[in-house]
Amino acid sequence: MALPVAFFGVFFAWPVASIVERGLRPDGSWRFGRIGETLSRPDILDVLGFTVWQALASTALTLLLALPGAYVFARFDFPGKNVLRAVVTVPFVLPTVLVGTAFLAVVGRGGLTDELWGLRLDTSVWAILLAHVFFNYAVVVRTVGGLWSQLDPRQEEAARVLGASRWTAWRTVTLPALVPAVSAAALMVFLFTFTSFGVVQILGGDAYSTLEAEIYRQTARLLDLPTAAVLTLVQFVAVGAILGVHAWTVRRRETALRLVAPERTARRPRGAGQWALLAGVLLSVALLILLPLGVLVERSFAGPGGYGLGYYRALGSLDESGTFLVPPLEAIGNSLRYAVAATAIAVVIGGLAAAALTRRAGRLVRGFDALLMLPLGVSAVTVGFGFLITLDEPPFDLRASWILVPLAQALVGVPFVVRTMLPVLRAVDERLREAAAVLGASPWRAWREVDLPMVRRALLIAAGFAFAVSLGEFGATVFIARPDSPTLPVAVARLLGRPGELNYGQAMALSTILMVVCAVSLLLLERLRTDRTSGEF
Amino acid sequence: MLSIEDATVRFGERAVLDAVDLEVAEHEIVCVLGPSGSGKSTLLRAVAGLQALDSGRVLLAGADQAGVPVHRRGVGLMFQDHQLFPQRDVGGNVAFGPRMRGAGKAAQAERVRELLDLVGLPGAERRSVAALSGGEQQRVALARALAPRPRLLMLDEPLGQLDRGLRERLVVELRQLFGRLGTTVLAVTHDQGEAFALADRVVVMRDGRIAQSGTPVDVWSRPASEFVARFLGFDNVVAARVTGTLAQTVWGPVPVPDGSPQGDRVLLVRPGGVRIEGDGEAWTVESRTFRGDRVAVRLRPADGPALEADLPLREAPAEGARVAVEFRVEDVVVLEAAA
Repeated sequence: MALPVAFFGVFFAWPVASIVERGLRPDGSWRFGRIGETLSRPDILDVLGFTVWQALASTALTLLLALPGAYVFARFDFPGKNVLRAVVTVPFVLPTVLVGTAFLAVVGRGGLTDELWGLRLDTSVWAILLAHVFFNYAVVVRTVGGLWSQLDPRQEEAARVLGASRWTAWRTVTLPALVPAVSAAALMVFLFTFTSFGVVQILGGDAYSTLEAEIYRQTARLLDLPTAAVLTLVQFVAVGAILGVHAWTVRRRETALRLVAPERTARRPRGAGQWALLAGVLLSVALLILLPLGVLVERSFAGPGGYGLGYYRALGSLDESGTFLVPPLEAIGNSLRYAVAATAIAVVIGGLAAAALTRRAGRLVRGFDALLMLPLGVSAVTVGFGFLITLDEPPFDLRASWILVPLAQALVGVPFVVRTMLPVLRAVDERLREAAAVLGASPWRAWREVDLPMVRRALLIAAGFAFAVSLGEFGATVFIARPDSPTLPVAVARLLGRPGELNYGQAMALSTILMVVCAVSLLLLERLRTDRTSGEF
Repeated sequence: MLSIEDATVRFGERAVLDAVDLEVAEHEIVCVLGPSGSGKSTLLRAVAGLQALDSGRVLLAGADQAGVPVHRRGVGLMFQDHQLFPQRDVGGNVAFGPRMRGAGKAAQAERVRELLDLVGLPGAERRSVAALSGGEQQRVALARALAPRPRLLMLDEPLGQLDRGLRERLVVELRQLFGRLGTTVLAVTHDQGEAFALADRVVVMRDGRIAQSGTPVDVWSRPASEFVARFLGFDNVVAARVTGTLAQTVWGPVPVPDGSPQGDRVLLVRPGGVRIEGDGEAWTVESRTFRGDRVAVRLRPADGPALEADLPLREAPAEGARVAVEFRVEDVVVLEAAA
């Protein structure tokens, strides 16, 4: 317990607090008036309004498109279902920068729809919304579909026998059981889109800016720390509120439901309506998820003189523009190295925190539970910038050290580790340990013989998540990665920030490499995971 | 073998075990019987070392177990819901105890084979525990508990989750098995049938205290208190004033055995001791429950609690009939005053 708390204190609370202090107490006295001043500026109000609006719209659109998907995955049995489930999960762990780039390749300037119909969406809000749906489709399918597939269909049958029509039975029996899961999923989607950065950065241009993107702009470009500090506070409060509501719905979700094995509830679709629904879901998955990734790969090969590996070759060398101090290809090695270190840190810290949360109960522990979730929503940009200004002097003079990047990435990975480990650790029956003890196992031996075999799988899954999160982390990394050792997402963003076809093509190529790296880690993850033992993600 | 002296366990204010004294002799099968919440599971956990005592002592073979950790006590405990290790197969579960005691691979395999034969599951080593039926899980749990040769085997509701027919068969098997192996057993259950069929001695618990202890026949024929009588399923209980061999009750005069305690008491009349003596005014037949060749007849007196009579089918009066009743003295027990 002590180590996770210290970790969060030094690498999360301190940097964030320092940023806020620098913004609001520039000369030794607090200036809370600045909060009001900043929040009444029209441009800031626009940003706030847009942030909330796009998050609401993204959430609604995601639910609209993903709920039929959740139903299909929960209740239908069809060939290739497992592969498809893996496919829809891929986007969730893909880096935001990559997703932005993929949508740019489809609907952006010179993108697929631009070529075919002259349609460009990269200057409209639609590209952002679609990219958000792309991302969060899996959140809804996993959270809602996971529960849906375990609801006993006989409950509905009981209602039918008692005289309810098919629709009434669904509305009165299934829907109430699903509502907590749907609201929990909606809140997660809202949270992720509310704090969206990479996608907005790439697709939004100058026209659209979320809070997080604005914080980045204020700190990195305008060096307006006070404004950034106020915005950080606003985001902090908003995220805290969302997480509070989420924790509440999760607790409500724990009401006893009759759950059965998912294999028992799925069956072949019957009738034209159900086949049409299945086809519709497959089509939307194809258009929404496969198409952007496919186009991304295609663009990475499509050089000016036909298909080839030109862009990939260019990644191996330095150009004259001075965008990079090292060949972009080196970013692969950097990313992998950082990800391994970040995963190790996240697993140790998250594992310890989860173990502590399992052992103790009570309000304090619940508070810590919520605290662990905060880095998910608190501006990564703030954390990154906070690292720069706090960790540059003793006792933590880490600014020159490579460990800074994995530390920041681990911060984002820890919540995933905790969320994955906690349900499994809590599911280990205390009496199994007792049974081992009565049979002659010492406490340490009992842990090794009983807990470890059950937790091993969850530990690997957690590590996979932490790895994927670290690979894709952008908001904090963009601040603290040194120019001579960029990560893949940072390199992609830099390439996109430059004009010219070569840079664009290289960004596509590098994104494709990033996607392959992520996909390989995710495939390993999917092989390990069974739905029953996994956590919320 | 096992001595429990003045054992007390408190959860907050409530004493779950309240100064319990209990002896279990070598090769004896003792069954603790009590309703849920009477502290019987806590008793087992205290002996195993899973629950610390607030006061009192647990001695195994004369040695005080205070400070001896669970895994060094050398007792076996079969959990209520078995708690088989889900990630191990049947063989892995049974071999666990011997393995913890450092037995070699060959010795483990030999012991597993021996025990699976013993519990009637020969060759089940490689089966997954998730694929076992309730009865099979119970057998594996028993084999696992016996494998390290515990000096005392404790069973927590050993047959609790099985269906009735299986339970009745297994309880006979268990008693034979323990007799053959000479196992010392301390079992707890809330099912009197199970306790009577299994035990050499039955201990009835109530609210953390021992209410009665004796052979199954003793306890069944002479419950020590109204609580024990009611717990054993006897509902024909009525307040009485005993003078000599006659007791005055709201049911009228009832004969009591010679040497019964005198004064204000509680009477138990076993249903088999109630006889219908032709027509009368005092009792009305409220209901008849058909139970094969016997009929349980519920009789409502003018005043006081209802009376259940266990009658042969052809002697049972019709519902609504008004009858006179007599009591057989050998089925009447004078209990302590109501507790």
